[in-house]
Amino acid sequence: MAATNEQGLLQIASIIEQHQTLPGAMLPILHAIQDNLSFIPSNALPLIAKALNVSRAEVHGVISFYHHFRSEKPGTHVIEVCRGESCQAMGSRVLEENIKQRLAIDYHQTSKDSQYTLEPVYCLGNCACSPAIRIGDDIHGELDQQKFEQILESLNTYSLELK
Amino acid sequence: MNLSPSTENSMALMSRKIFVSLDTTARSKGSDKVATQAENILNSQPDLEAKLVRNGSRGMFWLEPLLEVNTPKGRVAYGPVKPEDVSEIINQQCFNDIVEHPLCLGFTEELPWFKSQQRLTFARVGIIDPIDVDDYINHGGFVGLTSALKKTAQQIVDEVKESGLRGRGGAAFPTGIKWQTVLDEPEQQKYIVCNADEGDSGTFADRMLMEGDPLVLIEGMIIAGLSVGANQGYIYLRSEYPQAQRILNLAIENAQAKGYLGENICGSKHSFHLEVRLGAGAYICGEETSLLESLEGKRGLVRAKPPLPAIEGLFGQPTVVNNVISLASVPYILSHGGASYRDFGMGRSRGTLPIQLAGNIAQGGLVELAFGISLNELLQQYGKGCKSKRPMRSVQVGGPLGAYLPEEQWHTALDYEEFASIGAVLGHGGIVVFDDTVDMAAQARFAMEFCEVESCGKCTPCRIGSVRGVEVIDKIIKNDNNEQIRQDNVNLLHDLCDTMEYGSLCAMGGMTPFPVRSALKYFPDDFLPQPSTEKAQ
Repeated sequence: MAATNEQGLLQIASIIEQHQTLPGAMLPILHAIQDNLSFIPSNALPLIAKALNVSRAEVHGVISFYHHFRSEKPGTHVIEVCRGESCQAMGSRVLEENIKQRLAIDYHQTSKDSQYTLEPVYCLGNCACSPAIRIGDDIHGELDQQKFEQILESLNTYSLELK
Repeated sequence: MNLSPSTENSMALMSRKIFVSLDTTARSKGSDKVATQAENILNSQPDLEAKLVRNGSRGMFWLEPLLEVNTPKGRVAYGPVKPEDVSEIINQQCFNDIVEHPLCLGFTEELPWFKSQQRLTFARVGIIDPIDVDDYINHGGFVGLTSALKKTAQQIVDEVKESGLRGRGGAAFPTGIKWQTVLDEPEQQKYIVCNADEGDSGTFADRMLMEGDPLVLIEGMIIAGLSVGANQGYIYLRSEYPQAQRILNLAIENAQAKGYLGENICGSKHSFHLEVRLGAGAYICGEETSLLESLEGKRGLVRAKPPLPAIEGLFGQPTVVNNVISLASVPYILSHGGASYRDFGMGRSRGTLPIQLAGNIAQGGLVELAFGISLNELLQQYGKGCKSKRPMRSVQVGGPLGAYLPEEQWHTALDYEEFASIGAVLGHGGIVVFDDTVDMAAQARFAMEFCEVESCGKCTPCRIGSVRGVEVIDKIIKNDNNEQIRQDNVNLLHDLCDTMEYGSLCAMGGMTPFPVRSALKYFPDDFLPQPSTEKAQ
């Protein structure tokens, strides 16, 4: 598990303080940390454990149980590919392989240039327009290889604009 | 408030509206760009005095992005619209009547696909501005709540019992009975939990409803709170639905500002607080006891029942756990009466079912109809066959744990008992269509693989059975033409399915055998060794 620096820890402490009085605060805290830091650093665990009065093992158990939470910093763009039956009926098995080849990574991996992290997801609820992927909060439907290339291109253009 | 004639006149003009959906699927097809274009045109032509409304979706997803214009005769639909089409459509004439345009589809509600539906729960979805409380009220919103506020808790529960409403999850348990159990618990902290963890592939009814008419769910939850004496509700929403999360939170905020949530709702002595909680990508948290564990901040491990959540639920307190559609059906029941809802449907399946057509289907989307329509009618009349234009071969109903049905079973009526009688489930009403290129052995293998990935791990039949299931199916598929070995492995797979079905703690392991067994039974040839060239086709 990767750790974070002093500044990250201050952010985490503030998040914990804001949420810890909620009943069942664990998931809201973990979501807020991941939303802010893009992952849940290892040195956040003792802070969460202390605030919620549980063991570090319990915190680790929760993080590792849920597919959404991650302990390593992901690439700039997290690409989630839907593996649901509806997407399979529209050719997602082939698409998945093509995406893996195109990005030269497998599921749960990050590309060498730290641009892309690839994750499987089980249903984005876009089943009437399968196959689907999600990047950030954007869901793309009726996907094929050509459309995927266009999306990659737009992502790269976007990151250049930011600079 | 007194309005001057000029203000009234301008209000009448301001009722000119252009509708472009903010539904996830519409957005995935580019509706945001269409909306931006429409907005730009309206801003640059103030004389049109029209405004853009981001509505939910009508559920005709092959026509999205759909642009609608309200006219005195009804809404006119144009679609599927690209941003460059918008300027041709919007002009003074478009607000008066149907105009000649290649993308014009006529009056939305006259489209045969839409017109023939029986929309009770989805009555407002695609029509109103989802987060506008006044728009909701103008379309019959909060009538159910007003009626509930005049009743005793028992009278509300009796109304729901009379409606025959059953939970839209796998078990189809009567909602009224569940509420009665919670109501009968002594006075203490009680909770209403909405299970918005719609994880089944092929289902999107909850998402559409939460994005298109979140206030109906909120109203249903408030009524549930009144009926059992609960003042706190949680919507446990899957993290895969970011748009639904945004819209629900805005709707809750607006409902609170208008006095429908919080302390002393609508000036009564009742209070109800509501919060959206996000899941984190675990399919098992759609199982009610796992969901409660997750809400409490733990791993989503299944709890053994009893005790029922109705008696010991969230934080050990009596809890109503209902699906989105169950709760969203309640306002109709309270405003029109339980009997009115019960009069739709067949047998013991009362009311309507939002059906989702997905997968390889030409016209995918949501159809709300009374129980009883046959699968065939849905696939042909509404779905219009496969998107690939190839013959349909297999249909999976009720999510990844539902059976794969061959053509000879497509005459089955959509009814919980009819489906149970053929070893299938209706579940959440999701229908996924496959054409004749499907490899059913691969689909059976995937069912076991899915269980392996998503099992909570608490019970052995599910945790270990799914791993062994993948292995045995691999052996069957790869067998070396030795019929005896093949048959032994098929028998082993049946044994394993028995163990999972009868030994698992919940439906995850208990129902994974459904897709596996149905694939083996109805598509046995796919499990035979095949020449690699043939398989590749």
